[in-house]
Amino acid sequence: MADPAEPGETIGLLELEHVSKQFGGVHALDDVRFDILPGEVLCLAGENGCGKSTLIKIISGVHQPEPGAVMRFAGQPMGTMTPGAARALGIQVIWQDLALFPEMSVAENIGFERNLGARPRPVNRTAMRGAAQKILDRLGVRLPLDAPLRTLPIAQRQIVAIARALVGEARIVFMDEPTASLSQAETDALLAIVRRLSAERIAVVFVSHRLAEVLDVCSRVTVLRDGKLVGTFPTAGMTQTRLTELMTGKSFDYAVGQRDLAAARPVLTVENLSRRGEYEDISLTIRAGEIVGVTGRLGSGRTEFALSLFGMTQPDRGTIMLDGKRVRFGSNRAAIRAGVAYVSEDRLQLGLVQPQSITDNTVIAVLDRLLGPKPLISGGKRDALVDDWIRDLGVKIGRKEDAVSTLSGGNQQRIVLAKWLATTPRLLVLDSPTVGVDVGARAGIFAIVRRLAEQGLAILLISDEIPEVYFNADRVLHMRDGRIVGEYRPAATAIDAIEEAVHA
Amino acid sequence: MHRLGIGPTEGWLLVVLAVMGAGLGVLAPGFASLPNLFDLLNVTAVNIIFGVGLLVVLIAGGIDISFAVAASVVQYVVALILPWFGGGDWALGLLLAAAFGTLLGCFNAFLIFQFRIVSIVVTIATFNLFFGLLMFFSGGVSIYDLPEWLTTRVAVIGLDTASGRAELTLPFFVMLACVVATWLLLRRISTGRQLYALGDNPDGARRIGIPIGAMHYLAFGWLGLMAGIAGLMQAHYAEEVVPNALYGRELDVLAAVVLGGARLGGGRGTILGVLLGVLLVAVTQNGLNLLGISPYAFKMIIGAIILIAITLSSEGVGRLLGGWRAPARRRAV
Repeated sequence: MADPAEPGETIGLLELEHVSKQFGGVHALDDVRFDILPGEVLCLAGENGCGKSTLIKIISGVHQPEPGAVMRFAGQPMGTMTPGAARALGIQVIWQDLALFPEMSVAENIGFERNLGARPRPVNRTAMRGAAQKILDRLGVRLPLDAPLRTLPIAQRQIVAIARALVGEARIVFMDEPTASLSQAETDALLAIVRRLSAERIAVVFVSHRLAEVLDVCSRVTVLRDGKLVGTFPTAGMTQTRLTELMTGKSFDYAVGQRDLAAARPVLTVENLSRRGEYEDISLTIRAGEIVGVTGRLGSGRTEFALSLFGMTQPDRGTIMLDGKRVRFGSNRAAIRAGVAYVSEDRLQLGLVQPQSITDNTVIAVLDRLLGPKPLISGGKRDALVDDWIRDLGVKIGRKEDAVSTLSGGNQQRIVLAKWLATTPRLLVLDSPTVGVDVGARAGIFAIVRRLAEQGLAILLISDEIPEVYFNADRVLHMRDGRIVGEYRPAATAIDAIEEAVHA
Repeated sequence: MHRLGIGPTEGWLLVVLAVMGAGLGVLAPGFASLPNLFDLLNVTAVNIIFGVGLLVVLIAGGIDISFAVAASVVQYVVALILPWFGGGDWALGLLLAAAFGTLLGCFNAFLIFQFRIVSIVVTIATFNLFFGLLMFFSGGVSIYDLPEWLTTRVAVIGLDTASGRAELTLPFFVMLACVVATWLLLRRISTGRQLYALGDNPDGARRIGIPIGAMHYLAFGWLGLMAGIAGLMQAHYAEEVVPNALYGRELDVLAAVVLGGARLGGGRGTILGVLLGVLLVAVTQNGLNLLGISPYAFKMIIGAIILIAITLSSEGVGRLLGGWRAPARRRAV
């Protein structure tokens, strides 16, 4: 990124000092400083709950800061902010859920601001369409203006949200996790748009858990931790490791596994397993206490293979042996009985019943073991089991009766793990366990996974983030087009070699 | 097609209606005659007025069960009050009906918005409340002693045809006015687009700055207004006020409106769809009468039509034919 500040320019677009915010005595923000220059792309980084959203809400007028805050926009004091006042200044926020209207046309979504206001006005569709087209032209994007938004893929809806922000003559755009559900190609296209906005001297504040893209697109990164400013740093010379340390305040031990498990008892042995159109001729062994990583690009067949291990699909050929006994799973219930646990990729949707309590989610797979005098569930047994797992996995909760939806991503992930571990599995399959989980919580989850392995659990870890498998698995398998095309020992291989092979 | 506002649902209903019309024209003597068709329109007017009102609420993401009994309350109250004004006239009658109807609608909006209760729960309660109060205070007694202007048939257009006199009467034209007004509100006025937005994505609507409370009063108030007018038209057509005459009508209207493509849950639905949905039900009933089929069969056939229509809507056809026409994916935004 070119230096956004032109020579001689000293006035920042937005300058905040001494911004604090308390919610019921808790400091969500404590004396934070923040500034951004016109056209700058800046990253706001920090773990969940560090105060990023609070800061964005103060800037966009949703919350008021505590007295004593100094806020200037283009050199002028901002006064009391409301969402309307913020929009009038050109401060636009694109929320993670986009806040668009799926049934309406693309044009109406982009130009919806024209429909706002208490006074009824006639709707001018032609003008709305024209304005929408002009903005899409400016972004260099073509979209079907009359199509209902719901027919567009998520990446294009993202662009619609950006276009809507630009209708209001945006001067600074906040993007909250814009790439969370985008593929690599879609992310690249989005980052190209971000650069375009920057070239038009529109400032962009980027919130993202994907540190690589943060370092790539932003010129500076402002790091918050526990509501306090850690600092604002240039991204030149910044590494992902350093940034993680700044965000979490901990240094992580990125040592690769050195254990030799060749003598351990095999738990899972798969021979020549194939399923037409999904995966081909897979053979592998996972020993007790071993973590085997599987990586490869989307569509490499890794998830499909895992689903067969879990009995969701049946292989056409080949054998699966658990603890030396050949097994055939007609359904996932048979797999669970045999001691296989599977944490799915889309765990927040498929793995948890969000509105139900932490307790109910934890015990849902083992209800039959909680029967007191039949046929009733024993409350005592249930609570004891839940308490054990919450303590064991270090889940941070308020009360066990709270809905799972009240927990952070990292803690929800631990509840999913607890649910499966309660089934006392012998083989644990983790499919992309850290999607949507921030860096600090990731480290915590992998610490748990390693501890489980040391207790003798066999673990299959699937992830498209190579560092994740490299630093946590004892062996890494590379899948491409449904086949295993490479096997690496992190202890004996450089991470670059694996990355090169996978991305080739 | 799309430019005329004819979506897949509307197109489908038009085809069915045309096929049915042609079939009845051949099979049922008298169906295709002008007097019968005009009369069909006069009778259907009340349900269409209810329908466009309900559409506004459905689009905004709500539902209302109470509007038909609210219309009964309005009828009764207006019939009781009119003598105080020496009998009044059409202008006063419409004004009173509109005012009381709006008031009852706003009462629903007040409960739903102020106490954040789901609209179906509130309106089931007010349905019972309105109807209970009406039956309690009226003792179930009908009013036959209505002002003369209210019970006199007003033929706006009258034609003499070979099969008798064909007349389009006042309810039809009042219905036209209600349809046009609702269409303007929903399609041509910025406020109506806010209603769509609210039903489509309530969080998004709040975030972008749409006044949620005002939208509730507008939607339920509008349905109340329409219900009041429809109630007066029904009394005019029946030439009497029977307290339980409209009891149960809410489900007939709701079914017809949903048949017309409005989505329970908000954000989707068109005026044309309501017209076609209500007309389809009315034509079916009319046809069955003319064919001499037992009126007991009517409900059964309407139920079957609705089931067939909603399973064979454009997305349903796609599912039936497998991957040939991929069903539209709907993802949360």
